[in-house]
Amino acid sequence: MKADGTRRPGRGNFPRHRWTARPRSESARIARQSLEDPAERTVSNPILEVRNLVKQYPTTTAVDGVSFEVPEGICFGILGPNGAGKTTTVEIMEGILPPTAGEVRYRAEPLGARFHEEAGILFQKTALQDFLTVRQCIALFRGLYAKGLDVDEVIRLCALEKLADRDSRKLSGGQQQRLLLAIALVNDPEVLFLDEPTTGLDPQARRNFWELMESIKARRKTIILTTHYMEEAELLCDEIVIMDRGRIIAQGPPRRLLREHFADVLLELPRQDFPERARSLPLKIIDASDRVEITTQDLEGTLRTLLAAEVPLTHLRVRPGNLEDLFLELTGSELRP
Amino acid sequence: MIRRLFAVLHARNLEFLRDRGTLLFTIALPIMIVIGMGFIFGGPGRPLFKVGVLAAQIDPASDPFLRERYVDFVPLADEAVALKKLTHQQIDLLVDVRAPVRYWVNTDSPKGYVIEKLLLAADSGALRQPVTGAAIRYVDWLFPGILGMNMMFSCLFGVGYVVLRYRKSGFLKRLHATPLTAFEFLSAQVLSRLGLILFVTAVLYMGIGTIIGFHNSGSLALLALLAVLGALSMIALGLTIAARFSSEELVGGLLNLLTWPMMLLSGIWFSLEGAPRWVNWVAHTLPLTHLLDGARAVMLDGAGIRQIAPNLLYLVVTALGFLAFGAWSFRWRID
Repeated sequence: MKADGTRRPGRGNFPRHRWTARPRSESARIARQSLEDPAERTVSNPILEVRNLVKQYPTTTAVDGVSFEVPEGICFGILGPNGAGKTTTVEIMEGILPPTAGEVRYRAEPLGARFHEEAGILFQKTALQDFLTVRQCIALFRGLYAKGLDVDEVIRLCALEKLADRDSRKLSGGQQQRLLLAIALVNDPEVLFLDEPTTGLDPQARRNFWELMESIKARRKTIILTTHYMEEAELLCDEIVIMDRGRIIAQGPPRRLLREHFADVLLELPRQDFPERARSLPLKIIDASDRVEITTQDLEGTLRTLLAAEVPLTHLRVRPGNLEDLFLELTGSELRP
Repeated sequence: MIRRLFAVLHARNLEFLRDRGTLLFTIALPIMIVIGMGFIFGGPGRPLFKVGVLAAQIDPASDPFLRERYVDFVPLADEAVALKKLTHQQIDLLVDVRAPVRYWVNTDSPKGYVIEKLLLAADSGALRQPVTGAAIRYVDWLFPGILGMNMMFSCLFGVGYVVLRYRKSGFLKRLHATPLTAFEFLSAQVLSRLGLILFVTAVLYMGIGTIIGFHNSGSLALLALLAVLGALSMIALGLTIAARFSSEELVGGLLNLLTWPMMLLSGIWFSLEGAPRWVNWVAHTLPLTHLLDGARAVMLDGAGIRQIAPNLLYLVVTALGFLAFGAWSFRWRID
């Protein structure tokens, strides 16, 4: 069914988006803005509440007692490696997977017809109907909602104008994700679920997608984002939970989590430069796949200790901690994409 | 609800119409079958007179007419059945050689005219009882069967595999995340397939009917009603299979399990008259049997709604039953 084609007052105020590469410095500015943007800005009631969620399968417990609240108007990140329970948690939140125990509430009510009308969803993997054009795919989903954006408006928002009459199967990975995002936005959702939206995209397509996300964030929509790209979470999320093995192991705004865990700086050394005997040194050592990381607040003292132990420092790197380091510190294992 | 239903219906119709290969195949296959059948069976009949004799068995000594050469004498004990055969020109003449000798002749049949002369030469005092009725060729009898068979395949496989494909690709899961309900989705699939089947069947009815020179004895509206109910029942039957499973092999096997009994027992190719009682019982559990019985009664005998009411009722009940079961057992995603 085609959308009625009329414009609704008060809608369509998105900044016109252009799919041109931005200079690196500008992307960095976006990143800084995101990090500096106080997550505590939202003090309203939570739009979504997740309470003691458990999902058991015959052989595994995918989600094991997860609780959190999502304040309205923020980008909320769910981070963790594959198999951490992110997607299961999100699918229960989306109302398409029943939990074994616990509940999800939308605006203080159990998930119901209102939630389905007001939620936009982008799954990790979605096939669309064969033989339909981009516009017809969007029109199909527009027809499933009582209210929403005009089809042409969504096409413009997701920069699909030139692809509108193309068979949806003949799109590149990045174009396909933009179409799926358009479908997720077609009902002008109050809450938008994005499950690993940039997985498998090339760096340029990923950066384009992030820019699009920024324009959606600017409309103060609530976004639930699962990802295993730490850069993505740092750039976009106001608040995150980190999951591992079905449980939440850390929660809060990314900046605060980093501040709490990384008053330290990180020293990175290639694994082959780090002799076994040095492991007995009084240092906080974390093993990553190809390197050894040492966290410390006393950089000079640590360097002296390493020099005294005759550890080669030619390839030493010193940097502040990021979310990936946080995950390493919390779980003792590396993020597995 | 209607808005959502039509959104899915419209998209499904577009998908089907753009799938040229499937569309072509859907229309071309039955045309080829019927032209082939018409070519094989629609030619001139055998040059032999066929005379029905009202008796359990024939004794050539009882009447000189029964000793005529080039005449095939068929014993027919039931007068009503025998008269129906004469009306449809499946026999050329019907005689009762018990005194007084009576005979029935179809005045519309040229062969009946000739064989009547032979009979009167042997039995000049035989009492004449004329009947009328156009000949029914095998191709006329087969015609409803071919239309029904095409409907059956289109109903069962068309809907079954489409829903299965949607489930496997994750498209159903995506639809589940919208306000769309299972009932709305299934109704859209049923309506889309129903529209297509009615269109194709109408085209085939007119096209093939013209090619073979078929004449419908009954009401076209009644025939359309029968087609709608028959298609609904068989689409819904296909949905009961596709509602739950996610394996092509399993669904394909189950659909085959349904189509084979219908191919053999629903009377597509030959009549089940005289078959064992249990075969008839099994045959009458199949929706296609009721569709074909009803269609032949209307098309060949000009039956009205009263005569085929039991068939119509059976199709309505099974359509509702299958649809309810399909909606109840429907799964949006692979478990």
